[in-house]
Amino acid sequence: MPAMNQAEPLTPQPRPIFEAHGLTKDYQMGEVLVKALRGVDLELYPGEFVVLLGPSGSGKSTLLNILGGLDTPTTGSVRYRDHDLSVYDDAALTHYRREHVGFVFQFYNLIPSLTARENVALVTEISDNPMTPEEALKLVGLGERMDHFPTQMSGGEQQRVAIARAVAKRPQVLLCDEPTGALDAQTGVLVLDVIARVNQELGTTTAVITHNEVIAGMADRIVHLRDGLVARVERNASKIAASALRW
Amino acid sequence: MKALDKKLWRDLWHMRGQALAIALVVMCGVGTYIMFLSTLGALRATQASYYREYRFAEAFVSLKRAPESLRQRLQDITGIDRVETRVVAPIRLEMPDFPEPVTALMVSLPDDGQQALNALYLREGRLPAPGRGDEVVVSTPFAQAHKLKPGDRFTATLNGRRQPLTLVGTALSPEFVQQLRPGAAFPDYKRYGVMWMGRQALGRAYDLEGAFNDAAFSLLRGADAQSAIDRIDDLLKPYGGLGAYARKDQRSHRFLSEEFQQLGTLASLFPGMFMGIAAFLLNVVISRQVAMQREQIATLKAFGYSNGDVIFHYLKLVAMIAVLGIAGGTALGLWLGKLLSALYMEFYHFPYLIFALHPATFAEAAAATLLAAVAGTLFAVWRAAALRPAQAMRPEPPARYRESVVEQLGLKRWLSQPTRMIIRHLQRRALKSLLTLLGIALACGIILTGLFQRDTVGYMLHVQYGMSQREDISVTFTDPASRRALFDLQGLPGVEHVEVFRAVPVRLRNGQNSYRTAVRGVESGGEIQRLLDADLRTVALPQDGILLTDHLGRILNVKPGDTLEVEVLEGSRPVRETTVVGLVKEYMGVSGYMELAALNRLMREGPVISGAYLSVDSAYLNELFQRFKEMPRVAGVAERVQEIRNFNRVMDETMLFFTYVASIFAAIIAFGVIYNSARIALTERSRELASLRVLGFTRGEISYILLGELGILTILAIPLGLWMGNWMCYYIAHSMQNDLFRVPVILVPATYAFAATVVLVSAIFSGMVVRRRLDRLDLIAVLKTAE
Repeated sequence: MPAMNQAEPLTPQPRPIFEAHGLTKDYQMGEVLVKALRGVDLELYPGEFVVLLGPSGSGKSTLLNILGGLDTPTTGSVRYRDHDLSVYDDAALTHYRREHVGFVFQFYNLIPSLTARENVALVTEISDNPMTPEEALKLVGLGERMDHFPTQMSGGEQQRVAIARAVAKRPQVLLCDEPTGALDAQTGVLVLDVIARVNQELGTTTAVITHNEVIAGMADRIVHLRDGLVARVERNASKIAASALRW
Repeated sequence: MKALDKKLWRDLWHMRGQALAIALVVMCGVGTYIMFLSTLGALRATQASYYREYRFAEAFVSLKRAPESLRQRLQDITGIDRVETRVVAPIRLEMPDFPEPVTALMVSLPDDGQQALNALYLREGRLPAPGRGDEVVVSTPFAQAHKLKPGDRFTATLNGRRQPLTLVGTALSPEFVQQLRPGAAFPDYKRYGVMWMGRQALGRAYDLEGAFNDAAFSLLRGADAQSAIDRIDDLLKPYGGLGAYARKDQRSHRFLSEEFQQLGTLASLFPGMFMGIAAFLLNVVISRQVAMQREQIATLKAFGYSNGDVIFHYLKLVAMIAVLGIAGGTALGLWLGKLLSALYMEFYHFPYLIFALHPATFAEAAAATLLAAVAGTLFAVWRAAALRPAQAMRPEPPARYRESVVEQLGLKRWLSQPTRMIIRHLQRRALKSLLTLLGIALACGIILTGLFQRDTVGYMLHVQYGMSQREDISVTFTDPASRRALFDLQGLPGVEHVEVFRAVPVRLRNGQNSYRTAVRGVESGGEIQRLLDADLRTVALPQDGILLTDHLGRILNVKPGDTLEVEVLEGSRPVRETTVVGLVKEYMGVSGYMELAALNRLMREGPVISGAYLSVDSAYLNELFQRFKEMPRVAGVAERVQEIRNFNRVMDETMLFFTYVASIFAAIIAFGVIYNSARIALTERSRELASLRVLGFTRGEISYILLGELGILTILAIPLGLWMGNWMCYYIAHSMQNDLFRVPVILVPATYAFAATVVLVSAIFSGMVVRRRLDRLDLIAVLKTAE
């Protein structure tokens, strides 16, 4: 009978985990209408490490937010496996985020009144099969600083807590929005190394958005965005280890 | 503990200053509510229990004289349960410790000791032994005022005969909770008291053996009081009955019910206002607090917390603050309520006090607070949670600033950049600014409501005793006397001027409306006793017809020109008619006034007087009192100074305590609002201000931007608050009108100044706290993090 469970066809190109078609997003910024996405088509595959590269205003954050269920597209469709995210209501999106997605933000977004351990626990407490906060923090190399508050930690440490918080629930996808944007190069490399390790060790599909082209070197694929459109997609023949990145 | 709950506690600790300020506001609201309502509840419960256990009668009648055999016929009236016949007489006393004239009401006790109605609560000693004409029980407050104890002796004049009396006990009676000398508005236990003596002995002294001149009744459950009263009147008419009346018209009871009603009005107004304002502030403050956590809310949502989780989290935070306030307020309210009830118990000489917090009172206060807190939170959290997390995490779009109205008016070139920032910010956040302004103004306003009664009392005293009743001494006779008595009074030492008056107890009636009071006949053009109109101008007495206190005019629903029926409650009890010729402004009591001769004509009597107003040289007071004691026809002497003192004492002991507490609470509320507004403004704008510091602005300059805003709001709020407070005072005064008082709204400049000062001091203190924080603003940290 175990054969029944492996009914999924084994094809050289696995089924995409994300499929986006004709995504557009408009939003009002004060008195200005911003067309952040103008028709994006994109597929992401299980376990891959994708870098979304583009200058500021190219729509990469908007795209990531829509993939992560933080926002909904104005038009177009986005599917996560069998879920049509573009028709989800708030409650369904909340459920989706809780079950499947880990986020890392440029400015960490830690809860200032909670320690590192508690910030991670905030997420593990509402997950079905999480790591312990301690495991997650050890994974990012912060086993020693679990009881420190955000203000007692450096930017790099805070970002690693944010990564621990994102991966502690063993999400299928890890979405990182400029994770090194607020960090110096040396610390940035450290943080990217953690993200790469999570991608490899846990097999988590990882999307990192950045405007830093150097980071593209560590990706399986690079999606270039410009003016709310996908300009081109590249596949890296040989990935560079995060620790070897310099900028 | 869950991580989210830990966040709750830490957030609470982090905002402890503000949380405490909010809790204080809630505490004051809840505290006032519970203090007022628990006191009122205690007084009412005590009164009811006292009346029931000591069998306070439900109908009363005085008469000239009836044989005891009539008792059975009274008993047989439908609806009558019990009858107690008795002898009641006004007496004069000579107290060894006190030179001034003292009068008392002597009431008989059944010789068998079985008090069917109006039972005494014996405080000390015992009841008089049967047949002993020299033993009396004295009302406790009178005994206390004269430091009398069982065994003490003093002399009384009963029916013109001087007689030594021995005090054998002191007691309280439900019939005389308030012991008021006829004509007085306030108790004066040094000069007037109630005492009790055996029926036989008192009857003998007044030639009423086997007869009675007073009776009290209790009614069967569900009996028609009015028909029983009518039957009593029919039966007693031949015996000089002066008109039976129900409990609601009994003097002590009426005084008490008026007082309780006034207290009830205060108890419904003050706490309502305080709770309302506290709830409003809570709402404003909480919603701004939550709005500032927009980014944290977005983060929680990004990780899969639902809107419900987020809302519940913030509700818990708010509930903690509210619960802190409710708990503190309940404790404070109970403590003050007990204190106040004890004061009242002493003031009213209740034998005991039933104090309990009614669960409903607590529930109302708690529910109102929680509701306000929850409503404020729900709205704010909902607004933050309803945003898509991506949107909530983005910096808010640059606010749409415009040139302010002030600038458009052409004043721009006189305004510095920082000043423009202040004004534009105020204008852009118009609603928020307005709410803050309103909050400060309301707090300022309720300070006035706490204080206005003190000003008002001063004014009432000035009008009543400085402009209207200007005598030094008033003298009343035992029976109406010939006008010749005027000359006797004029001849007394130290008497400078005498004006006589006639007072007739009456029931005034206009159709369905009637009122028991007295008509005073006074000499026109008098210097001592003057009637004033609404503008405090002297009203000339008409040659005919009656003037009524404006309030009485309203009770009877009459206007000048209407005809009024006058049922005289003395002598042969004739019923006459007269015309209402005008209304006079009086703040205390209600009466009718006529020209002396006109009243004599109405009564179809000769030039008869009931007493006189005297202005005297105070150096002769003691000698005068001595002379009055020797005049058997003088029933009572009242000194104006004493009336004023009594008035002040009553005010101090009752109403002013409330208002004192209320003003302190109001000041706390004012502080709570201003402090919170300042702190929130600081948090909301610290990034912007830090950026300015980086650009080279000094601490003083950025303080000016932030505190200037608070300053402008405070300055605008003060006049608005004073104006609103004025209206609140009018509302309170209007709601408190009753037969005893009509409270005018008088606010002296010092009161306005005080309210304004409290607000200003709160603002300055809050400004100082904020300034200290501005000085410690961490420029780098602020600029490094996201918006």
